Amino acid sequence: MSAVLEVRNLVKEYPGLTAVAGISFSVDEGSCFGMLGPNGAGKTTAVEIMEGIRSATSGEILYQGKPLGAEFRAEAGMQFQFTALQDHLTVLESLKLFHGLYKHAADLDELIETCSLEQLLDRDNRKLSGGQRQRLLLAIALVNDPKIVFLDEPTTGLDPQARRNFWDLVENIKKRHTTVLLTTHYMDEAYILCDTIAIMDHGEIIARGSPESLLKEHFSDVIIELPREDFNVASENLPWTIHQKIDSVEISVASVSEALARLLELGVGIDRIKIRPRNLEDLFLELTGTELRA
Amino acid sequence: MIDRIWSILHARNIEFLRDRAALGWNILLPVLLVIGMGVIFSGDGRAMFKVAVYQQSVDIDLTAHPFLQTRFINFYAVSDLDDAKAKLARHQMDMLINLAVQPTQYWINDSAPKGYILERLIASDEISDFDRGTVTGTAIRYVDWLLPGILGMNMMFSCLFGVGYVVVRYRKNGFLKRLKATPLTPFEFLTAQVLSRLILIMLLTSIVFAGTSYLINFKMSGSYLALLVVAALGATCLISTGLLVAVRTASEEFAGGLLNMITWPMMLLSGVWFSLEGTPQYVQTIAGIFPLTPLLDASRHIMLDGAGLSEVMPQVIQLAVMTTVLLAMGAWLFRWQED
Repeated sequence: MSAVLEVRNLVKEYPGLTAVAGISFSVDEGSCFGMLGPNGAGKTTAVEIMEGIRSATSGEILYQGKPLGAEFRAEAGMQFQFTALQDHLTVLESLKLFHGLYKHAADLDELIETCSLEQLLDRDNRKLSGGQRQRLLLAIALVNDPKIVFLDEPTTGLDPQARRNFWDLVENIKKRHTTVLLTTHYMDEAYILCDTIAIMDHGEIIARGSPESLLKEHFSDVIIELPREDFNVASENLPWTIHQKIDSVEISVASVSEALARLLELGVGIDRIKIRPRNLEDLFLELTGTELRA
Repeated sequence: MIDRIWSILHARNIEFLRDRAALGWNILLPVLLVIGMGVIFSGDGRAMFKVAVYQQSVDIDLTAHPFLQTRFINFYAVSDLDDAKAKLARHQMDMLINLAVQPTQYWINDSAPKGYILERLIASDEISDFDRGTVTGTAIRYVDWLLPGILGMNMMFSCLFGVGYVVVRYRKNGFLKRLKATPLTPFEFLTAQVLSRLILIMLLTSIVFAGTSYLINFKMSGSYLALLVVAALGATCLISTGLLVAVRTASEEFAGGLLNMITWPMMLLSGVWFSLEGTPQYVQTIAGIFPLTPLLDASRHIMLDGAGLSEVMPQVIQLAVMTTVLLAMGAWLFRWQED
């Protein structure tokens, strides 16, 4: 796979603030690249520079090996975190407006079907629900049949049902071999959709790789979770790292069978036990020492 | 390129036509203004002076004194002499006459020019040293003169606010940012904005023109083609001014202030309401740099004097040059958004 987008030493400084502190990575063609991090980590600033919307203080962005230019604008699709549309236009008119701006454009009927907009075509774009609006904005991002799509926190503020629907749409885009660059602060979203993720904090990338490999690299254990009242033994005599939460206890163990045997031996009730693998949330905590603020 | 300009132009036209309140206002305001001003200033002529008359009766008796038969003076009765004197002191009237005493008394305000002239009128019963001659001609009603002014003023507000404000709003709400991410160039975007507003304002102005023509039958002695050219060029010049205001800012308040700063002097000094004939030279020079001035001058020349395109060529050239310069500056300074 060749890199469709390359970011080299990207820096963006504002007076008194370094929003992006020298990040470098490349995005493979046809892959889904996720930028993950809490609000204020610099994801949106970085993405907007990659989109050609903002200028960088220093550093370089290359699309297909060349600096961003007319070719990039014709072949890239974008969905901003906050995208405004023109007032008084219906869904169909909004789509047609953007459709007319591209020489090479997608088939409108197909696009409308892909984004499930059939029932909404005559509705004023200001009268859409959050999920409906995001579907329209996604359709606009796809209106030029792009080779690369940027989706900046596309599911923030959506209800769980609408988020899942949106994930299905993104899976469809991926099937067409379109490169996707996604920012999110939802770990589950990144885990499900992304082939590669870069975790950002304070303007820097602190870890990068596939979700699986990152978890393997940082963790060799699994988590056993017990309700607090069931865990009635003194924790200091146990060979595990134990994390006390408000109503539960999380025990990090290397081997589940050994741990269960030991717990039974100590007389701990395990009827309500939960066992889960390490997730990206744990990784973020491990790397930054803080919980991800969603 | 044409496709992209067409897309933006079409969407902007829909937006404008669906904004019913703004559309209605654009048509209604000039019609109301023209009719209102026409009614207020209709009649043989406006009274130039206001003279209060104090006499025994409550109703004024214009035969009581030969002076009361002077034309173009509005004589009206007052019943309280002291109150009238106070009003005279505040320049609310030009002269006060007391017919209740013999000999007749009058008061003027020493600092009022009109009082001075009235006093001279009373003093000079006859002008013996001059030979009297008269000229006759078809009078131009004030409403005939005013109509191009009102239409031009409406055009000015619509072009400046309708374009300047809209572009700033687009920038503020992020629509321009979204457009920046497409192949659309600033030149194409600005062209679409100019064309959209030009088409709509010409259409609306034509409707208002036809409507008021039907209602008050104003004077139109020149060529419609020449008027169309002048109006289109003037509108383009005003739109370009509006675009220049909106090249950078995302603040509607700042843009609003700037637009007010531009429109108000034009409304007062470009000859919308009264002729600049006889005003000091520097006022006329200042007025000459506003786009509205050549637009109104040329329109009136065509409508009232029957001028053709060749006779208004100086104004046409001025508007064309100004438009070119303003548009070039606008395109050069334009930014989709702040970085």
